[in-house]
Amino acid sequence: MAYLFEMKSVSASYGSSIVLKDVNLRVVENDFIGVIGPNGGGKTTLLKVILGLLKPVSGNIMFNTVLINDRRTGYLPQISTGDSNYPVTVRDIVLSGLMIQKGLAGRMSVHDKKKAEMVMEELGLSGISEAMLNEISGGQAQRVLLGRAIIGDPKLLLLDEPGNFVDSTFEIDFYEKLRILNNRMAILMVSHDVGTISQHIKSFACVNRTLHYHPSQEITSQDLLAYGCPIQLVTHGQVPHTVLKFHNGGK
Amino acid sequence: MVGSSIFQYDFILKGLLGAVFASITAGLAGTYIVSRKMVFLSGGITHASFGGIGIGYFAGINPILGAAVFGILSALGVEYLSVRQKIREDSAIGILWAFGMATGIIFIYLTPGYSPDLMGYLFGSILTVTNADIIALGVMSVVLILYFTVFYRTILYISFDEMFARTYSSYVDILKYITTSLIALTIVLNIRMAGVILVLSLLTIPPNIALLFTRSYFKIVLWSVIAGFAGTSAGYAISFFAGIPVGATIIFTLVIIWIAAKIVQRITRKELVVKADIV
Repeated sequence: MAYLFEMKSVSASYGSSIVLKDVNLRVVENDFIGVIGPNGGGKTTLLKVILGLLKPVSGNIMFNTVLINDRRTGYLPQISTGDSNYPVTVRDIVLSGLMIQKGLAGRMSVHDKKKAEMVMEELGLSGISEAMLNEISGGQAQRVLLGRAIIGDPKLLLLDEPGNFVDSTFEIDFYEKLRILNNRMAILMVSHDVGTISQHIKSFACVNRTLHYHPSQEITSQDLLAYGCPIQLVTHGQVPHTVLKFHNGGK
Repeated sequence: MVGSSIFQYDFILKGLLGAVFASITAGLAGTYIVSRKMVFLSGGITHASFGGIGIGYFAGINPILGAAVFGILSALGVEYLSVRQKIREDSAIGILWAFGMATGIIFIYLTPGYSPDLMGYLFGSILTVTNADIIALGVMSVVLILYFTVFYRTILYISFDEMFARTYSSYVDILKYITTSLIALTIVLNIRMAGVILVLSLLTIPPNIALLFTRSYFKIVLWSVIAGFAGTSAGYAISFFAGIPVGATIIFTLVIIWIAAKIVQRITRKELVVKADIV
């Protein structure tokens, strides 16, 4: 299977404090990885390194040419980064996802605008295409940002805590959307909520300064202990059931 | 209305061209600063540039050149500090604001045997606007139109979500510095029209009129230019016939237009709720 990117003993830090140490990760096409781990364990830092926002202090990342040349990476940040009072419409926000492929002097063609209509249609945003962010609900705003992330047909989609601000009725719909998207792209999703995501993902990455890849959607408390990932645990078998347990330590 | 018809024709043409170029530059720059909520920062840049005017007089160079240097340097300085987040930005702007004015006054009074038209620089004066000023504003209009046309999407998206822009471009900071420098230059060149104290309103009132009726960035620019032209040309004409300072007349006219637009919007408002309180 073709890999999309491969991290080899990557370490990253803010100033003198090392946040990620010796991380190895290989992401293959159509994988759906749930990135879990305690707060401050380096989950968002991992995304920043993959996005190129933070340079690793050591190690290297090799990207598949489809990500390098065609720039096919989509990113859904936590919602707080955009100014919701800024005079820009839903349509234009969705279109901004194409800038990664267009460069500084990028213009939007008729084809691009049609593409935006299709994405908005798919995400149920057609009725609010002329609205500003401050005029729509949190769930709708998230779909707008998801539209921005997927309009460029990414092969790799990075999601940062998408469950944080979604109302529960929309949540089911959102994960169903991701499942469909996963047929055409690999997804790397940071989340606190292991319980909800374990039904939707294919594998886990436990991040707590180091990274352990777990190539199955089922994960046990023993696994987590071995990975040094002190978080709430939810497992499920043939009949879905939940086991919650707190772990201490893990250093 | 004394003077030859040639003189009058020249005067009216100058006024008309000045109004066109002022509204184009102010519309483009104003939409940027209003939507990025940089109005206070722009006030700081404006008043800091007065220091350059004073030093220009003292050193015997073109005061607008001095103002341009001061304006651009202070703009870059504040942007740099806000990127680094080393100090409180609003305090820094407040200090810069007063420091620029103080420097300007000191150097103007230190200039031996020559008392320039202070009022003209503070409040704008139709008589101090030279052909060179009009040409400079014309060139600035062309530069800004080209710049905003070529980089329209990038400027729009950096202002909306800087963090996301950084994920696809490593030129975000450079572009922000260039844009802010162009804004500073626009402000300085418009000082001749409206004066140090009033120029900021020339930039901020037109986009706020436009924001009452539209939410698309491009349309805000377009309507700002139109509203700006209506305000400046009417202000120019009234100032000319009534013999009152042009800067104050332009701003007064613009505020009247804004109030009228606000009333029209209240009456005709459909379900369109626009958040216009951005200043």
